[in-house]
Amino acid sequence: MTNKLTLFVLAASLVFGACKSNTERGNSPGERPSVIKMEEAKGQPEEAEITAAPHVPAPIGNRGPKKLIVKLLTTEIEGEIADGKKYTFWTFNDIVPGSFIRVREGDEVEVRLKNDASSVLPHNIDLHAVNGPGGGAEATSAVPGKEETFTFKAMNPGLYVYHCAAPPVPMHIGNGMYGLILVEPAGGLKPVDREYYIMQGDFYTKTSAIKEGLLEFDNDKAVAENPDYVLFNGKKGSMLGTGMIEAKVGETVRLFVGNGGPNLTSSFHVIGEIFDNVYLEGGSSVTHNVQTTMIPAGGSAIVEFTVDVPGEYVLVDHSLSRAFNKGAIGKLKVIGEKNPKIFKKGGF
Amino acid sequence: MKIQLIHIIVFSVVAWCASCNLQEAVPDAESQALQPKQLSSQAKMVLIPGGAYKPFYGSDTALVKVNPFLIDERPVTNGEFLAFVKAHLQWQRSQVKRLYADTNYLHDWVGDTVLPEGINIDAPVTQLSWYAAKAYATAVGKRLPLLDEWELVAMADETVPNAREKKSYSDKIIDLYLVKNRQYNAVSQSPPNYWGVYNFFDLVWEWTDDFNSVLVTGDARSGEYSDNNLFCAGSATSATDVLNYAAFMRFSMRAGLKAHYTVANLGFRCAKDVDDKPLLTSPEGRDLASTGE
Repeated sequence: MTNKLTLFVLAASLVFGACKSNTERGNSPGERPSVIKMEEAKGQPEEAEITAAPHVPAPIGNRGPKKLIVKLLTTEIEGEIADGKKYTFWTFNDIVPGSFIRVREGDEVEVRLKNDASSVLPHNIDLHAVNGPGGGAEATSAVPGKEETFTFKAMNPGLYVYHCAAPPVPMHIGNGMYGLILVEPAGGLKPVDREYYIMQGDFYTKTSAIKEGLLEFDNDKAVAENPDYVLFNGKKGSMLGTGMIEAKVGETVRLFVGNGGPNLTSSFHVIGEIFDNVYLEGGSSVTHNVQTTMIPAGGSAIVEFTVDVPGEYVLVDHSLSRAFNKGAIGKLKVIGEKNPKIFKKGGF
Repeated sequence: MKIQLIHIIVFSVVAWCASCNLQEAVPDAESQALQPKQLSSQAKMVLIPGGAYKPFYGSDTALVKVNPFLIDERPVTNGEFLAFVKAHLQWQRSQVKRLYADTNYLHDWVGDTVLPEGINIDAPVTQLSWYAAKAYATAVGKRLPLLDEWELVAMADETVPNAREKKSYSDKIIDLYLVKNRQYNAVSQSPPNYWGVYNFFDLVWEWTDDFNSVLVTGDARSGEYSDNNLFCAGSATSATDVLNYAAFMRFSMRAGLKAHYTVANLGFRCAKDVDDKPLLTSPEGRDLASTGE
């Protein structure tokens, strides 16, 4: 009798679970994905597609759970923080932010973190998508030249920050060691026309005492939380000019927005657009008709909106001195037919 | 404390095994022909009077006593290590047991006894394991410094024995850490510290005998080891030390190491006990924890 009852409950929850995941995103708040948790990742491990900002890998679609391998290389490199200004960045895969990782809930993910042999310091990775000690940081602590590996099961759908957690953490993050990992719910996010990856970070600089013409991390400014730069995608102007992201009138745009910090909270806003949907803090709760959404340091948001009128739409941290003076500004260029019913210059 | 003790015991045993193996690995004829009983070390040693110091890890109040000891005034060089492997074949690149050094051991060397072209023989030797460093130290009649000994010397800047509370102390080290390939520079070229010891920070990381006796995790915030609150910034140390980013980096480096690992910017220097001499300071030692200006 008990067995039959258990079976019935299990079957019912399976059906319910399946319906839900096709209609809604993930589980209701507070509910653990117990059915999904038991789903076995099948097949041979495959290397996950990863991308540099502003691009994201292909959606997971309707596939089942897989075994995925994610390869990341930690490096310490000179790069441009603004035109003509060189800075010593610490990175995942030589880019700031680090590669975008996209998996499905139920996937088993093997993270191979190699610290480049030319690094001075040890590095590691803490993925906020992980249920386990340190998000993998301890398991992946790699001295220069070494590769360390850990494996986790992606259980909670959402958009998560990953970052280096080697001490001193504010310096590792302040130098650019962060990125995003998206855990899509079973069945995938609803398809949209355009998806982009944007990550904000605050940078604290001083002139290097050792190398001429090079900027480096300033600890005093970091402790005072007084950055010289607040940037989208690791460089001043990275999303302006030829770096603008694009869409066509009538298309729906989804932005995966993260905030690496290390210190500032972002008031993310797109001038001239209203977010139709915001996945609050990158989780499962969706709210509508939002002008500006808060993105905590070490947090994220997914925003979606349909573009109706052509033009250049400015992305900012609406703590506006950061946008006007410190670089937290980017653009979305929308091309297509004008629609005077929605917007026109002049009166009736 | 218990964990530290266990580690010391484990390492003693491992070291003992390693030295057993040394004896066995070399054929008799060769060992007689090529192995002098003692290789001589040219590195001058500096007497450190010891004292009680406040470790970077641990609680505010617990001072650690360090006995007087001698420490090499500079890291061991490529040239010196070359002489060592010529005399101790089992530490040559093609001979070394995998258990005692990973596949990158002396990676850049052209052959077992040939340094790469252009390398400075007076630059610190790197890309060698803890076992290899320990074997060298034994061969020259010395030992590796203990972590507490190393850290005690590391508190000095050029003018005072304990510069931890000076802002410039950590800042200067961090500046260095942002520059790559410093390991290719010759030893003893930059100004020595208060004790007359060179290159504590500016060329390489250094092995210590008990490098992982302090169980900090590579994760900066782990609370797993509750008797070691190194990374619980609020409670661990003074505010100054929370800003001692260089020390955080050193400890995280050590936490990521295993004894057979070899790393491109990790070298070593030797230390030695002070033999049969009366202590130079009172038995309590000098209180270095409060000598900073």
